[in-house]
Formats: sequence, structure tokens, C-alpha cells
Amino acid sequence: MREVTIRKQRIKKDSVKFRLILFGTLAVLLIVCSFFSEYLTPCDPYLQDLSIAKQPPDAEHLLGTDRYGRDMLSRVIVGSRTSIFSTLLLVAIITALGTAVGVVCGWNGKALDTVLMRISDLFLAFPGLVFALAVAGVLGGGLQNAIIALAAISWPKYARLARSQTLAQKETAWMKAAKLSGSSTVKLIFKHILPNIIGPILVTSMLDIGTMMMELAALSFLGLGAKPPIAEWGSMMSDTRSLMTTSPWITFSPGIAIFISVMIFNLLGDTIRDYADPKSRGR
Amino acid sequence: MEPILKVENLTKVFSRSGQEDFTAVNSIRFSLNPGECLGIIGESGSGKTTAVNMITRLLDATEGSILLDGEEITHLKGRELRKVYRKMQMVFQTPTDSFDPRRTLGDGIGESLRNIGMSRKETREEVERLLGKCGLPADFADRYPHQVSGGQCQRAAIARALAVKPRLLICDEATSALDVTVQKEILELLNELRSQQGNSLSILFICHDISLVQQFCDRVLVMYHGSIVEEGVPDDVIGHPQNEYTQRLIDSIL
Repeated sequence: MREVTIRKQRIKKDSVKFRLILFGTLAVLLIVCSFFSEYLTPCDPYLQDLSIAKQPPDAEHLLGTDRYGRDMLSRVIVGSRTSIFSTLLLVAIITALGTAVGVVCGWNGKALDTVLMRISDLFLAFPGLVFALAVAGVLGGGLQNAIIALAAISWPKYARLARSQTLAQKETAWMKAAKLSGSSTVKLIFKHILPNIIGPILVTSMLDIGTMMMELAALSFLGLGAKPPIAEWGSMMSDTRSLMTTSPWITFSPGIAIFISVMIFNLLGDTIRDYADPKSRGR
Repeated sequence: MEPILKVENLTKVFSRSGQEDFTAVNSIRFSLNPGECLGIIGESGSGKTTAVNMITRLLDATEGSILLDGEEITHLKGRELRKVYRKMQMVFQTPTDSFDPRRTLGDGIGESLRNIGMSRKETREEVERLLGKCGLPADFADRYPHQVSGGQCQRAAIARALAVKPRLLICDEATSALDVTVQKEILELLNELRSQQGNSLSILFICHDISLVQQFCDRVLVMYHGSIVEEGVPDDVIGHPQNEYTQRLIDSIL
């Protein structure tokens, strides 16, 4: 009996590690590919040739062409740069901003905490995408404004998480010991608080990459994100949705690209969460 | 001889809206002479820890004053307060929890030294010396808190407390979380330190175990419900308790 239990546990642990390596590699590959996307395209993604417009996939154009005769595969590859980098930038912004606010609130307490937390409640109370639509609408379209809009609605989650984690760490005995060691507030926060709270925050932001990619695509789809002719997956889908019945490959290619990247980042986030959980790792 | 620590009318009142105020520490006063070891005993909830937290300024006092080595420290803040911690250090009740789980014991012990501007190399040498002084091999500096036993961790905690050569060492139930044999070792270590350092090290020893206090302390205070109810040489207090609570405390053990 005992043998069996031990072996089961070992298999589970190994599979977490295997998944971490697998999805980590895929995510890195995706980011590297999107970084060098310009050099990876088989054709010029912006070259229009109306004579071959709306061609179904064939050997020359693996994913077909769009209504201006541009090669879809090249556009999807180039679009990865805009989509993936703006997503990563967005997630980096909200993680940093939310964590900073949360740590300040948790550490400081008192009036500042109350004020900042009520502001974050305000943002949380709005339906997210509707509020982002309103912000993007007021600021005008464009990828930059879409990122600002989504950052404005997404930081409170991180602020709450960082705040609760900070409050928990603040009361520990080792925090008192560090204070008695004569460490200044800045040192206490950067050397002791942040390293101890960054785990759960990182997991949350990994899981958020997928969500944010979808929301950015949604904003672009609604015409509030990237502007043509820039290749961006969401706007590529939106521009061509009228062709869905006649030439589905034009809409589906960026859609599938979104699907695959969101899945990779979500699975990576899940795996990191499993890996960070001490119970799944053992000592 | 001027006392190293002088506490006057120290009071802590916890007030919460909608609830009655709770006086955790009620106007206590005592002093601790250089080289002396003063024990504070009392049941849990008697205000011992609150009192120590006020003395170490981890908690603000409601009223009263704390004089460390003649210097008023009751309301110090920031840089001034950090300077005070060079004279006063504490050993905590839970050894493992008193070290940052993500840093090595060496980092924890050397933190105060780095903060007073010692170089990385000097700190490392000093940390190894301190570990040796507390009976641990030098390579413990590279271990993490969860990789050592409670007793070893408490030795490291004492090494950390001694790093800045404090004049006052506060032990808040420093032996309570350890089993009896390890408890004895830690007490022996503290005794050794006392005999080595003589008048330059005074100890405030918070404990709920009256027999430990009897073995270890020169003088003892008995706290009950936030007040000091009895004070004296341990043998006298235990042999001829004047206060009703002290009587009960002693009866409960014997």
C-alpha cells in the first residue's frame, strides 16, 4: 500500500515540473518569435495585391489572404508582436502599480490605506470592460489608450492582494527582528516584504496574461485598440468579421492565434501556481 | 550606579470604538542595573509581552517613559530609534519564525551589522565568530531557518541579538518553545555570556516558568493583570510570597 502512495506522489510532482518546463518553453518561444516576427514572415504583411484577394489557404499562402490580398500568415506573425508585447506591458504595469499601492496601504495603514482602498473599491465596483470602453472612448482609440483603459480597471485586484499579504507579513516575528536590526522602512519593504509576497502576485499576473490578451483583443475588436493597417489580432478579427461566412480563414487565423497564446499563458500560470504551492513541492 | 533601563509609569491602553478600553499594562515601574538579570513572570495575558513590546518600541506606549542608559526613548522615531537598537536587542519566543524564511541565518544575523555600515566580508567573518560563540558551526550561516532545529535556531537568534554588542538583551519567553533539555542548553549559553561580559550585558528575562527564573535571575517581578504585584530576590519571592496571586502561582507548580 505504502509503496503505491509514494509512487503516486512522485509522479504528480514530476508532472508539475514537466508542465512547468513545457509551458515555460512554449511561452518563451512565443515571446521570442513575436520579438523577431519581422524576420519570420514568409511574405510582406503590408503588401497589398488585390488580384489574389480572399484566397483560401494554399501552398503559397498557408493561411490564405485577406480582402486586400495580404498574406494572412505573415499578418498573424507580425500581429503577435503588437498583441503579445502590449499584453505583457499591460500586465507589467498593473502588477507594478497594484503591488506598489497595496504594499503602501498595508504598510502604512491609517487614513492613506482607507482612501486608496476605497478608490480601488470604486474601480472594482464598475463592470470592467464597460468601464474600459468608456475610458478608451473618452481618450480616443489607439493601442496606447486601450492599455491605459485596461490598466485603470485592473490594478485594484493586485492592490488588494498585495495589501493583504503585506498585512500578514508585517505582524510576523521576523519582521520585528528585522526592525530591531535597525533596518529602515525602505529596506524592510524591499528586502523582507516584497520577496515574501511576490510569489502569489506573480502567479496572479501570469494567469492574467491570458485574460488581458483577450480584453485587449476585445477592445481592438470594438475598434478602440490598434488602428489599421497595424496588424493586431483583435482588430484583424474585427475588420474581417463580415467575411466570416464567405472566407472564414481570414477571421479564424488571428482567432486561433489568440486562442493558442491565451491557452499557453493560462496553462503556464496554472503550472506556476501549482509549483509555488509548497504542498505540491514538498520540502 | 545608573540603571541601564528605567521604566516609569508605563501604561498601555487598547481602545476600540464601541468596546470598553482594555488596560493591558497598568502604570508599571522598575529599573534594571548594569550586569543584572531581571526576570518578569506572570500568566499569559498578564501584560508581559505588551510591556516588552513597548520597551523595544515595537508598540507605542499610552503613557509613561522608558529610559535606556539615561536616554529617553519613549517617543523616538526613524533614524534616532534605529540607533537605540544598537544598545537593545531581543530574542523572540518562536525561534524559527523570528528569521525571514527566504533568507539564510547568516543574512539575519548580519543584517544589523550591514545596517551599521560593515562591509560584506567583515560581516561574514563576524557572523561566523558569533555563531561559534553561540555553539554553532560556521556553515550554519548558509542554512535557512527551516533547515535547522528549534534549539539551533534560537542559538542563531541569540547570535543575532549579540551582533551589535547590545547593553540590554531582552528574552521574551526565549525558552518557552523549546523542550527541557534544549531549554537548559540555551540557559547555559546565556549564563556563559553573562559571566563573559559582566556588567556590560544586562538581561530582561520574560518567562512564565518560575523555576527557570529562580535558577537564572538576580531579581524577579511578578505581573498580574497588567500590574507588578511583587518584586524581590527569586528565593525570597518563592519562599515567602507576599501577594495572593504569587502564592497561587507557586502553589500551582509545587
